[in-house]
Amino acid sequence: MSKRLTVPKTYKLFIGGAFPRSESGRTYEVFSPKGAFLANAAQGSRKDARDAVKAALGAGAKWAGATAYNRGQVLYRVAEVLEGRRAQFIDEIVAQTGVSAAAAGAEVDEAIDRWVWYAGWCDKYTQVSGSLNPVAGPYFDISVPEPTGVVAIIAPQDSALLGLVSAIAPALVGGNAVVVVASERYPLSAISLAEVLATSDVPGGVVNILTGSPAEIAPWLASHPEVHALDLVGAGELEWIDLEIAAAQTLTRVLRPEQGPDAAAPSLQRITAFTETKTVWHTKSLV
Amino acid sequence: MSFLEYAPAPESRAILNLRDEYGLFIDGEFVEGGGTPFTTISPADEKRIATIASASDADIDRAVAAARRAYERTWSKMSGRDRGKYLFRIARLVQERARELAVAESLDNGKPIKESRDVDVPLVAAWFFYYAGWADKLDYAGLGADPKALGVAGQIIPWNFPLLMLAWKIAPALAAGNTVVLKPAETTPLTALLFAEILQQADLPPGVVNIVTGAGATGATLVRHPDVDKIAFTGSTAVGREIAKAVAGTHKKVTLELGGKAANIVFDDAPIDQAIEGIVNGIFFNQGHVCCAGSRLLVQENVHDEVVDRLKARLSTLRLGDPLDKNTDIGAINSREQLDRIRELSDIGEEEGAERWSPDCVIPDNGFWFAPTIFTNVQSSHRIAREEIFGPVLSVLTFRTPAEAIAKANNTPYGLSAGIWSDKGSKILAVADRLRAGVVWANTFNRFDPSSPFGGYKESGYGREGGRHGLLAYLKGGAK
Repeated sequence: MSKRLTVPKTYKLFIGGAFPRSESGRTYEVFSPKGAFLANAAQGSRKDARDAVKAALGAGAKWAGATAYNRGQVLYRVAEVLEGRRAQFIDEIVAQTGVSAAAAGAEVDEAIDRWVWYAGWCDKYTQVSGSLNPVAGPYFDISVPEPTGVVAIIAPQDSALLGLVSAIAPALVGGNAVVVVASERYPLSAISLAEVLATSDVPGGVVNILTGSPAEIAPWLASHPEVHALDLVGAGELEWIDLEIAAAQTLTRVLRPEQGPDAAAPSLQRITAFTETKTVWHTKSLV
Repeated sequence: MSFLEYAPAPESRAILNLRDEYGLFIDGEFVEGGGTPFTTISPADEKRIATIASASDADIDRAVAAARRAYERTWSKMSGRDRGKYLFRIARLVQERARELAVAESLDNGKPIKESRDVDVPLVAAWFFYYAGWADKLDYAGLGADPKALGVAGQIIPWNFPLLMLAWKIAPALAAGNTVVLKPAETTPLTALLFAEILQQADLPPGVVNIVTGAGATGATLVRHPDVDKIAFTGSTAVGREIAKAVAGTHKKVTLELGGKAANIVFDDAPIDQAIEGIVNGIFFNQGHVCCAGSRLLVQENVHDEVVDRLKARLSTLRLGDPLDKNTDIGAINSREQLDRIRELSDIGEEEGAERWSPDCVIPDNGFWFAPTIFTNVQSSHRIAREEIFGPVLSVLTFRTPAEAIAKANNTPYGLSAGIWSDKGSKILAVADRLRAGVVWANTFNRFDPSSPFGGYKESGYGREGGRHGLLAYLKGGAK
């Protein structure tokens, strides 16, 4: 009996909950470390980036308005679905990066656990980072964190899955919508993660994933007036100072690049970096 | 004699013991500046108050070096308890010299003495008292155990609340263990220099706080100085943008508290008496030189006429004049430059078709003055509804539904503050939720407290001042 012919996947972009090809029609070849052809990944363009921001803007209000309990359950659901696809992600990481199956397994496990960790924060970070303020007067005065809005992320470039998850998840906890540029070298796990997100009750448009050249796409995101925060965690190899300068034009909040295996390490600060503190005073004196 | 005429009741200037010239305050001493000295005047009569040194680039270098030395040798090694004690001392000294500081502030800035005496200076003391208590409790700031100071903070403050903005900047920086180089605004350096004398009385170690006076270029040099670890700026969005660009690619941490165009929303079920007072306080407090001023009044259409009529009646009772007079409600505009800007935008308001109204009021012959002004029939597209005027000018717009009020309130690149007036609690909470603004006042306006975080969304800047949040702007933690 002849060996069964496999059915390879077409890797496309993830915008507004759908999987379109790049409007530019461009793709680029993804190879294994030993040079074997793995797939053609979509090479996202300026137009794709703008479409992604538009999708994020449209989806943001619903996600920001969801209850914290609901957001927590959705992020936990991502972990559940990822766990079910564990083998697929291990194979993909091994193929792209050449690490051992054990190392890839550890990375997938860590990524799953990170979703669980952040899922649990959804209904807690407000209490931890908010406050009731004892002002010297007859006022009820509270401070609460609210989502900054649309967060553009340059994902860590030396990681196929864990870096991406570490950057996306905390922004989602706070109720933001995300446009992320995946690792240029290892884009396949990002699109497979998009399939996980699409089947985990994450509303379409809340996470948008672009593959292609970060150097080409990032300037359009940095200068986009509807991008409210820019996470340059994986932009260390880019001309990131220019990106920070472009972002300054509309006072976009910027997180600077991080290097090494601890890049985007899990922390409460990664959640609150993409929140705005709103202080509400209410007079108590009108009786 | 009408009910509006009062015998003058000026606060005595005898309490002031000003020098004729002030140097820079570097490393615990007043020193001469390398730049060309400038005079600071009273905007109420354009008379000279004192000559102020201007810091050269070399002076900024010296100030930063002094702050670095003080950070490394003294302040970062001192216990939080002792840092706190210095801040408590400063709070007490401000209280002791409160009247003197209030008179100096009104003289140099032009704000009414009742505001500097009852708002600015008491809040300055409160700010130091609040952060003093944090200095030995940083483990509870929210960054985990043993958070670290950033190092040397460069701080640039505006002219609208000179001493209060100094307190907002210096108190949390010192509590967190940083040392400071502060640049006061060019037109209002006086109280910062009196504050330097207070630091000498408090025996604060030399170099922990350095005060460098000068113009915008002095601030730009400070922002670009490579040995500064943190920039804190309060001022215009245009300058904030330049600062954000200047620090790009550096290690510097930045907080920016920038402009605003706040909506003050009055629903038809509002407590109207209180709302009228709140609207007046929202835009005419401090001559409207307030970044969070309620400069766009959004009134529900069915109460528009009543609100505007009552506002006009109330404005007709405001007294404009000598800032040092205890009866004065509206003081002087801080500078000729600002007066020109207010005039220009107000003229544009008329040209664009809005209806301008001011009460009859006598404008003094000398000094910089602008009568309180209301524009009605303002459209969202008018420049007086979009641009920060930073003066006693209120633009009145209308709305029909809460959704329209929210949409209009958020229709601005700014997002610093907002007001809501309604007797219906659930409506207030629902509207407050949807306003993209960092501070929302419900059935009140322009309230400030050291325990209450303050700062903007969008192009009103980032970072918070006040409360535990304000402390975080000067700390780095173990987690990240």
